[in-house]
Amino acid sequence: MDLLTALGFGERGWGPALLYGAVMTVLVSIAGLAIGAALGSLVAWAKLSGVRIAAAIGGGYAAIFRGLPELLVVYFVYFGSSATLTGLDHLLGGEGFLGVPGFAAGALAVGVISGSYQAEVFRGAFLAIAKGELEAARAVGMGRWLMFRRIIGPQVLRFALPGLGNLWQVALKDSSLISVTGLAELMRTSQVAAGSTHQPFTFYVAGGALYLAITSISDRVFEFAEARATRGMRREAH
Amino acid sequence: MDLAFIWTTFLRLIAALQVTLSVWALSVFFGAFIAAGVTWMRGSGIKPAEWIARAYIFVFRGAPLLVQLFVVYYGLSSFPLVRASVFWPFLRDAFNCATLSCALCTAAYQSEIFRGALAGVPHGQVEAARACGMSGFLLFRRVIFPIALRQALPAYSTEVISMVKATALVSLVTLWDVMSVALKIRNDTLVTYTPLLIAGAIYFVVNYLIARAFIFIEQWLSPHLRARSA
Amino acid sequence: MNRRSLLGAALTCSLLVLAGAASAKDWKTVVIGMEGAYEPYNLTDPSGKIVGFEPDLAMDVCARIKVECKIIAQDWDGMIPGLQAGKFDVIMDGMSITDERKKQIDFSVPYASVPAALATAKSSPLAKLAGAGKLVNFDKDKAVGAAALASLREALKGKTLGVQVSTTHATFAGDHLKDVATIKEYKTTDERDLDLKSGRIDAVLDDETAIASMLGKDDAKDFTEFGPRLTGGDFGVGVGMGIRKSDADLTAKFDKAIKAAFADGSIKKYSLKWFKIDTTP
Repeated sequence: MDLLTALGFGERGWGPALLYGAVMTVLVSIAGLAIGAALGSLVAWAKLSGVRIAAAIGGGYAAIFRGLPELLVVYFVYFGSSATLTGLDHLLGGEGFLGVPGFAAGALAVGVISGSYQAEVFRGAFLAIAKGELEAARAVGMGRWLMFRRIIGPQVLRFALPGLGNLWQVALKDSSLISVTGLAELMRTSQVAAGSTHQPFTFYVAGGALYLAITSISDRVFEFAEARATRGMRREAH
Repeated sequence: MDLAFIWTTFLRLIAALQVTLSVWALSVFFGAFIAAGVTWMRGSGIKPAEWIARAYIFVFRGAPLLVQLFVVYYGLSSFPLVRASVFWPFLRDAFNCATLSCALCTAAYQSEIFRGALAGVPHGQVEAARACGMSGFLLFRRVIFPIALRQALPAYSTEVISMVKATALVSLVTLWDVMSVALKIRNDTLVTYTPLLIAGAIYFVVNYLIARAFIFIEQWLSPHLRARSA
Repeated sequence: MNRRSLLGAALTCSLLVLAGAASAKDWKTVVIGMEGAYEPYNLTDPSGKIVGFEPDLAMDVCARIKVECKIIAQDWDGMIPGLQAGKFDVIMDGMSITDERKKQIDFSVPYASVPAALATAKSSPLAKLAGAGKLVNFDKDKAVGAAALASLREALKGKTLGVQVSTTHATFAGDHLKDVATIKEYKTTDERDLDLKSGRIDAVLDDETAIASMLGKDDAKDFTEFGPRLTGGDFGVGVGMGIRKSDADLTAKFDKAIKAAFADGSIKKYSLKWFKIDTTP
């Protein structure tokens, strides 16, 4: 099968499958990043709260998931999530198998890892907010929720963007590990195509090229977001 | 708690640790040299070299390591030209392919770390050195390199630890490292969590030791920052 | 003493609950696990659909027992764990019936009987091994089996043999060939075949039908089958559906359906279509 047919959109072409895989990769990475953001902000809040137990738990979580191989975490979440869910369901009297879909398990794995790094990004971003602003907000009588919504939230996002952009790239690459669970994302699709057509170079390079394309587009998006987020901000003299 | 099973699993995984650490050490070591070359090309001022270096970094940092491993191991070997070449005895072996691929990947990251570290050398120091008459290799050896080395250490330790975690991927290209042995034990005995937990513990301890080692090196290299014992 | 963690205990409890419930279970849908990467038993086409001998057979027998069948893809090395966990109800992936596996799961009656075969490059000295194509049954004729094994061991000395993990072929290689040859295990047969084509390994051991399918492709014209065809012993007594021990009623249903499919020649039909030979036991 020549190159164009193999990659193309004809009957025996793997083009659509690869593109579908790329979309799946982006979706699972976004979901993973979102879960990571939720976990990361929780841990950052725990560390900043001054409550020793919370900070210890948060620190422990971060240390554990930064010290474990990502592949191991993927396997663990994959094997464990279905077993946990099914076990819980049976304890409650249900029967049959409660499968956690590959997408959810994969996003959870990526999210749990990402969260441990996002915690540091959020913590650093919060500490970068000028103390004067927080004092002024309190002096003016802003309540906690209003302060968060108007001052802390936007500022943290603004300072965290560079770090988050980096972590997005990491999540994208970690998502390739979800292929071992069988989810039809880009890496998996490349593997199946390579195995089926016996053209490994073609399909692994094609898969790699698609990852690079997603990376490039993401770079532009983050550049744009950073430019918008820091508009009006006074920068240090370079 | 079947202690006998835990112990035998632990021993089997420790035996496989040798593969993990070999791939890691060799790829970080050779990656450093490749990275040095790429960093030099990036800052050389020669446009084609700069372009090649930037492309290299973009590709090897942008594509997942798993894709790179598969391209090197399965992709390259599918070409009769490669098989007939002088590289084939080297590329034939899975360990070599995996180490080569990891080295190329870490080199891209290390190159960026080197670049940032070099850029972070205070310009005043360089000016002063030049004012004293230092130039070229002496300037690099005595002033730029030591300062840059110290600045690179935190980011470098992160990258080195990342590589330990990345070696788990070589289990997917037929190497019997800690990860693949743990999974084999799981498949053979159907005990899911114990092998994975023990494997996780081993990786965690290795990473912890490396992190401590780097903290020690950082302190050793920064006598001027240590608290004065008065 | 159950050597599992708390989660494992919960899983076992849930399986027991399921076992109790299974005896009264009304099977409407049956989920079948296949690799989708073991041509010609089952393979994945570009649209993502799993096709092959086993999907055809599955549709046939499921219709006979009046259940709806759903086929899902599952990597080979997670087959039995997946079945035990309940991810699917049946394994249909060219899985041979062996005593070792029977300790963990039940099997239906065999629906195919395929000897194992070896393949190598035409240019390799292995290709000239005597006794090519002769069927050797380790159970039926021990003397012939021993002789064939001895000549195989001699031929493979110092060579590298590729097999798929956790297969009867891997077990055979591990039991009888490990001390003379290097055995390389692969997660999928595709990866192993790629390494054969690139010369990383000297020979592969797999089901005869899978070997024939591989050799039938364009890029395999420099490769050939060699040596004896092996059956019995480590290779088991045919290919069957893997079913949880707790689902004995399902096993009985499928046994009936498979026997009926034999009787009216359906299995032979699928076999000829996909294997080009008749593999009915």
